[in-house]
Amino acid sequence: MIRMENVHKAFGPNRVLQGMNLEVPRGTSMVIIGGSGTGKSVALKCVLGLIRPDSGKIYVDGKDAADTGDRDAFLARFGMLFQGGALFDSLPVWQNVAFRLLRGSLKRPTDEAREIAIEKLRRVGLKPDVADRLPAELSGGMQKRVGLARAIAAEPEIIFFDEPTTGLDPIMAGVINELIREIVTEMGATAMTITHDMTSVRSIADNVAMLHGGVIQWTGPVAQMDDSGDPYLDQFIHGRAEGPIEAVR
Amino acid sequence: MSPLALLARLGRLALSVLASFGRVTLFALDAVSHILRPPYYPRELAIALLNIGWLSLPVVGLTAIFTGGALALQIYAGGARFNAEAVVPQIVAIGMVRELGPVLVGLMIAARVTSSIAAEIATMKVTDQIDALVTLSTHPMKYLTAPRVLAALITVPLLVGIGDIIGIMGGYTVAVQNLGFNAAAYLQNTVDFLETRDVVSSLVKGAVFGVIAALMGCYYGMNSGRGAQGVGRATKGSVEAAAVLILAANFVLTGVFFSI
Repeated sequence: MIRMENVHKAFGPNRVLQGMNLEVPRGTSMVIIGGSGTGKSVALKCVLGLIRPDSGKIYVDGKDAADTGDRDAFLARFGMLFQGGALFDSLPVWQNVAFRLLRGSLKRPTDEAREIAIEKLRRVGLKPDVADRLPAELSGGMQKRVGLARAIAAEPEIIFFDEPTTGLDPIMAGVINELIREIVTEMGATAMTITHDMTSVRSIADNVAMLHGGVIQWTGPVAQMDDSGDPYLDQFIHGRAEGPIEAVR
Repeated sequence: MSPLALLARLGRLALSVLASFGRVTLFALDAVSHILRPPYYPRELAIALLNIGWLSLPVVGLTAIFTGGALALQIYAGGARFNAEAVVPQIVAIGMVRELGPVLVGLMIAARVTSSIAAEIATMKVTDQIDALVTLSTHPMKYLTAPRVLAALITVPLLVGIGDIIGIMGGYTVAVQNLGFNAAAYLQNTVDFLETRDVVSSLVKGAVFGVIAALMGCYYGMNSGRGAQGVGRATKGSVEAAAVLILAANFVLTGVFFSI
């Protein structure tokens, strides 16, 4: 389980998180929605320790994420799909997918790591002949799939998805959404996704949280999202220019 | 501007220079600690050795041969003013080995290697690849900085040694072909004149310049701003810093080795 308690983070005068509280029960899929620049990515990066919060606490399975002791072991529990894929462009696809399996505490023999990489690529709908290509030779959708394969390669307990469908055509976005849902369900993983794509939200989420003004404005099961009565959430999910959230024209 | 405002501005500048110096020093110490502590990444080291050492050979060789040749012509023309043309072998040797070899190789490495390291790491930063490394339980300092700094420490002294020899041979070729020197006597004079201290200073300078070049590339890359402009600034800043630090370190090291 992931629990964020009163997390604050500012970059200079820009106060991004202003007391964020959130709970993600184990084995569930939480989707955080919110406008651009509301701090969704910052929240994810705080959990992973990529960004240190100014104050507040983050607990993963009851343990303080800032005081993990063995950082390698802590991070080995996570997988992350980055918005732009963040594939290492100097390495072929299979080495990207098997990155964690080729070094560090989860190191396996090269042949075995390659086999696992090819199996994960197949899981996300890519053929084995993609394995030896470089990321730059792949389309955006294929790169996203490779990123997804890398995120699940070491079978993590917790998976983060940062804008998984941004930049994809609607059909490819649908495919990625389905893949994420299937993978999270079959692995029994805890998932945290950030997006502003409402189709993604409805496909992936068990629970939804809306981040606005540095705090969680509304949170609840996805089924209750449409009847929340929260004017902020309503404006966002219906994409209205008029409402409590100021839209810059 | 009032004197007080000027003083305040000077103070801010001094503080910012000191802060930058502190950050670079901490970065360098962190890099050294990661070089010494496992895990090690031999594949990354091999790639860095190839990129920094082997692939820099052509540019180092060409720089050295032309510099050695021009040096021979200059010494000959200058020496002729007071009937000292015969010192060409000695001055070319001492000039190349003590100063021009290490400094020019250092500057070429700053141009070729520092810029490429900074641009590569900065691009990785702006495309989230550095964050991705962390989430994959791999420390960016250990995976990116340590192999590059170690490779530069190993290869740049070798490049300087090779540059020294090629530079001397450039001077030798010009002196023998164009200036009428005896080939055997030229080489004998060169060997007799050079001292161990000259060669050691050359190689030590090479090692220091190599570390400066790789460190600056990594430091500016890791601290790059966002977007294409951030990558551009990081690359430019890394080469400027490496070149200036190499020249400053050269002055200090020359003082250490040769001040009596």
